[in-house]
Amino acid sequence: MATIKLGNIVKTYRKGDVPTIKSISLDIKDKEFVVLVGPSGCGKSTLMRMIAGLEEISSGDMHFGDLRVNELSPKERNIAMVFQNYALYPHMTVFDNIAFSFKLQKTPKDEIQRKVTEAARILGIEHLLDRTPREMSGGQRQRVAIGRAIVRNPDVFLFDEPLSNLDASLRVQMRTEIKKLHKQLNATMVYVTHDQIEAMTMGDRIVVLKAGIVQQFDTPMNLFHEPVNKFVAGFIGSPAMNFLDGEIILEDKLKFRSKDVKFGVPDALVEKLKGNVGKEVTYGFRPEYIYDKNYEKVRWLSEDVAVMIDNVEPTGSETFNYFHFVGNPAQTYCFRTNSEQDYKIGDIIRIGVDIERLRFFDKETEARIA
Amino acid sequence: MKKIKLQKVFFLVFLLVVSAIYIGPFLFSLSISFNTNKDVFQWPIQLIPDSVTLANYKSVWNDLPFARWLINSLLVTTIQTVSNVFFSALAGFAFARLEFPGKKLIFTLLISSLMIPGIILLVPKFIILNELHLVNTYPGLIIPGLVSITNIFLMKQFFESIPKDLEEAALIDGCSYFRIFWQIFLPISKPALAAVAIYTFQGSWNEFLWPVIVLYSDNMYTLPLGMASLKDELQTNWPLLMAGTILISLPTLAIFIIFQRYFVEGVASTGLKG
Repeated sequence: MATIKLGNIVKTYRKGDVPTIKSISLDIKDKEFVVLVGPSGCGKSTLMRMIAGLEEISSGDMHFGDLRVNELSPKERNIAMVFQNYALYPHMTVFDNIAFSFKLQKTPKDEIQRKVTEAARILGIEHLLDRTPREMSGGQRQRVAIGRAIVRNPDVFLFDEPLSNLDASLRVQMRTEIKKLHKQLNATMVYVTHDQIEAMTMGDRIVVLKAGIVQQFDTPMNLFHEPVNKFVAGFIGSPAMNFLDGEIILEDKLKFRSKDVKFGVPDALVEKLKGNVGKEVTYGFRPEYIYDKNYEKVRWLSEDVAVMIDNVEPTGSETFNYFHFVGNPAQTYCFRTNSEQDYKIGDIIRIGVDIERLRFFDKETEARIA
Repeated sequence: MKKIKLQKVFFLVFLLVVSAIYIGPFLFSLSISFNTNKDVFQWPIQLIPDSVTLANYKSVWNDLPFARWLINSLLVTTIQTVSNVFFSALAGFAFARLEFPGKKLIFTLLISSLMIPGIILLVPKFIILNELHLVNTYPGLIIPGLVSITNIFLMKQFFESIPKDLEEAALIDGCSYFRIFWQIFLPISKPALAAVAIYTFQGSWNEFLWPVIVLYSDNMYTLPLGMASLKDELQTNWPLLMAGTILISLPTLAIFIIFQRYFVEGVASTGLKG
């Protein structure tokens, strides 16, 4: 059983310093693909390195299954790691790179040959076995690095931003291959990335980290639709969620009011927001759920408001439209449309947000209220 | 265009002058070594002698214990070069990659010792060797040059440029730190090791001051000391001396020409990140 349990894990590099990891507790299930995602410096690589045994744990407990691994060296944890810079041994051939751990264990030659050949076949690199790393492309090197990991048949695979050095199209291809590998090997995988699209497409569950604290540990769709705070809401999703500061007021009914808009709070959210009358809140609305009143006749939208188009970015199948609320050009927001809706810079349109997709966050704590 | 041409001409002349200053003495020594005339300080200098002869080279080999001196030099240089390469790599790795108590202090002390002029250490070194009865012995000649702090520093710098990922991948594969040093770091350190080997060889082969202090028997002399013994206060056989000197310089010349690439790579790579 390759479960990983982190109990109040703390990492401090020097006594008296602010902890890099501030008491993280996670339960990673057997055979799960978990992604650690967050901005640079959030502690995701540090956390992964503690799982690998490359960093000491300052306090807390880490278990692989029933085994407490805090004091165990990397080789004793039965893990394999794929590094961002591949970390292939430059003076060894691909065969020797993949076979290295077996040679250390004095595995018989024919067994090494069999295992290396099998791993090479799975990754499509049999024709590269006699080459050295410098004779290969980035994508090929990354496959060799993955081959070196899978051949060891570990309990846990760790990937530390393995696709960061690859070009965009290769990244998409390798993403799919790693996901396929997960299905094939049926192993627990922990994957670090700063790319939230990579996280969303690959993870069974995602750990969103900020400043050494777990913000949310949930499935991709839950993170997208039900973020627990403003940070998660803004980090997950591309383009990012739009935010508008304002307050909850009570007129004839409960309303949200900001400098640019005022609209009635949907009935479904009244119960959650009524205790916040007079309080400052942040209203979050995703680009995907903003609709032009002229085009959208089916969905139940919030009260519409006039906006002016600032910029248009067609991507082929869809268009990102940047706008500001009429009368306030200082703040720009984004909404997505299909490519048939052809706006020009300067167009004034009326938009509304899918009523089921309004999100409100406490302005001070940034926690989600509704 | 005219300005660029003039600049080029100026630099060419400057380079020729500097080259003449550096190569001139060597060419003069070469010329004297093929000369029969012992009066070599005549003016103007005659670079191409009237009669060219190999008699001086034959005399060096036959009339002097040159073979014995050569063996001594080879022994000392080989041991010191191999030892320097191995121990400076080992120490450099420890300082670059291992964590141990007092690491910074020890390294600081080592580097600080470079500030002490070598000449000041000659007397204490001699006293220690004398106490150990190692004066005029091979160990006494060899031991002080087994490791150099400069070489340790060179190797430390090089090892620090190797990405940490490589070390961590090896740890995960199951390597001990010695294996990481031996099987991963050393094989990729050829430029730096070559630089250490070349520097050490050159320094050890041409070393004069320490042998002249610690040795007093003819048969223990190294080549530089042996050649220097030919120089008299009243009379010096300059052609013979120059022939011997040219012979001594041939190995370092050959090594530099053959390993020039590693020389430059090694010096450059100690300052660059991997």
